[in-house]
Amino acid sequence: MAYPKDYKYTKEHEWIQVKGNTATVGITDHAQESLGDIVFVELPKVGAQVEAGKSFGTVESVKAVSELYAPASGKVVEVNESLNQGPEAVNQDAHKAWMIKLELTNPSQADGLMSADDYEKYVAEEK
Amino acid sequence: MHRKLGAKMVDFGGWDMPVEYPASGGLVKEHLAVRSGVGMFDVSHMGDILIRGPQALDAVQWISMNDASKLQEGQAHYSALLYPEGTFVDDVIVHKMGQNDYLLVINAGTREKDHSWVRKNVSKFRCHADDVGDYYTQIAIQGPKAQATLQKLTNIDLSQIKNYWFKHGTVCNLPNTLIARTGYTAEDGFEIYVPSDVPTSERVWNEVTEAGKEFSIVPCGLGARNTLRLEGKMALYGHEISDTINVLEAALDRYCKMEKADFVGKAALEKVKAAGVKRILVGLEAVDRGIPRDGYKVFDAQGTEIGYVTSGSPAPFLKKNIALAYVPPQHSEIGHEVFVEIRGQKVKCKVVPTPFYKRPKKA
Repeated sequence: MAYPKDYKYTKEHEWIQVKGNTATVGITDHAQESLGDIVFVELPKVGAQVEAGKSFGTVESVKAVSELYAPASGKVVEVNESLNQGPEAVNQDAHKAWMIKLELTNPSQADGLMSADDYEKYVAEEK
Repeated sequence: MHRKLGAKMVDFGGWDMPVEYPASGGLVKEHLAVRSGVGMFDVSHMGDILIRGPQALDAVQWISMNDASKLQEGQAHYSALLYPEGTFVDDVIVHKMGQNDYLLVINAGTREKDHSWVRKNVSKFRCHADDVGDYYTQIAIQGPKAQATLQKLTNIDLSQIKNYWFKHGTVCNLPNTLIARTGYTAEDGFEIYVPSDVPTSERVWNEVTEAGKEFSIVPCGLGARNTLRLEGKMALYGHEISDTINVLEAALDRYCKMEKADFVGKAALEKVKAAGVKRILVGLEAVDRGIPRDGYKVFDAQGTEIGYVTSGSPAPFLKKNIALAYVPPQHSEIGHEVFVEIRGQKVKCKVVPTPFYKRPKKA
């Protein structure tokens, strides 16, 4: 699956799409593929503060639990509640099945993350 | 071979094993294929010990807890090797191959320990114990369509093999192949033992794949093997059973024949039986949102730690989050509520009847 060019990517396999001072966050297609069937997503509440590089939730497949790491700091303004009932949406299209929306503390914080091309190379090297 | 199929591999007891096959749709698809159609597993990591000699039966009776004198030729049963404390060396399937000839199928992770333990404990009998695990590739074909799949490849009438019985016959043109109606999935199925050389193993694997095509057979990895056996409450060494857990705690006493002649562990188990167990294995189902997993702690309603989860996972067929756990007997009643700590949160679970899954009886 193609990695959207207007997203930025972390080494922990999250993506972030920044628009002005807000951002949308999810996990990458590579992440969902490695995890396998996703059965549970645990996300923070609206209003919670998340910190870049720190865990903001967990995603569970049948066989394992993985932490979700925030690509940038900010306040949670929206949570994708539909993932409570339908976590498999992440397997179907990880780049659409967003997890949280953030009001960014520093809108340029995500600039230093990987581009789509860099991330693809990074994943290829990891394999 | 499995890499060619795009499998995700993992080191398991020194074996490079497939966890799941994304090409076949992943763990959940593999699990469901076994419940509704057919799946195949490479379980060559399982060990095999042959015990042969004039006193082979006496030796098997001494080292294992079930009553092997009840076995007829061509019959197998679940049993276990015990330490003098009544705890587990390993669980095994004992096959009576012939009058003085028994095959014990053991776990991968415990293979060397098992073999040296068996050799030591049978030394007083006139028999020989051989580790023959390297000679065989063991392939499990499991699911309601397992018989229809394998029947195409053998001259043996598989409908004549009852559950936990076996026969020798030609499979994929390999004469004298052991075909056992056994498995670790709580589903109907067979396990075949073929020569372990790579060309033969690959050929058999491919022929089974081809034979199962019309039933949409999928290769299954260790991930599905684990969730299938968990739904069926089948023990896994290092989880439900170990060298610190005894037979009565593991609730496997129906496979332990106290009335037969002496065997390793018997005296200790008599004492445990008289004194009562302090903990017992129960099945749990999460009532609240959350997935209990291996090693998580179990608490009572007052917040006192009372036990731990031995195996826990989402159950792909039952679509529930289930677990096996050790708790004190006073917390083991069906319907009793306990709490499993999941990342700091106490998640409500209830004790449920086991096995979680039982296969439907044949019409």
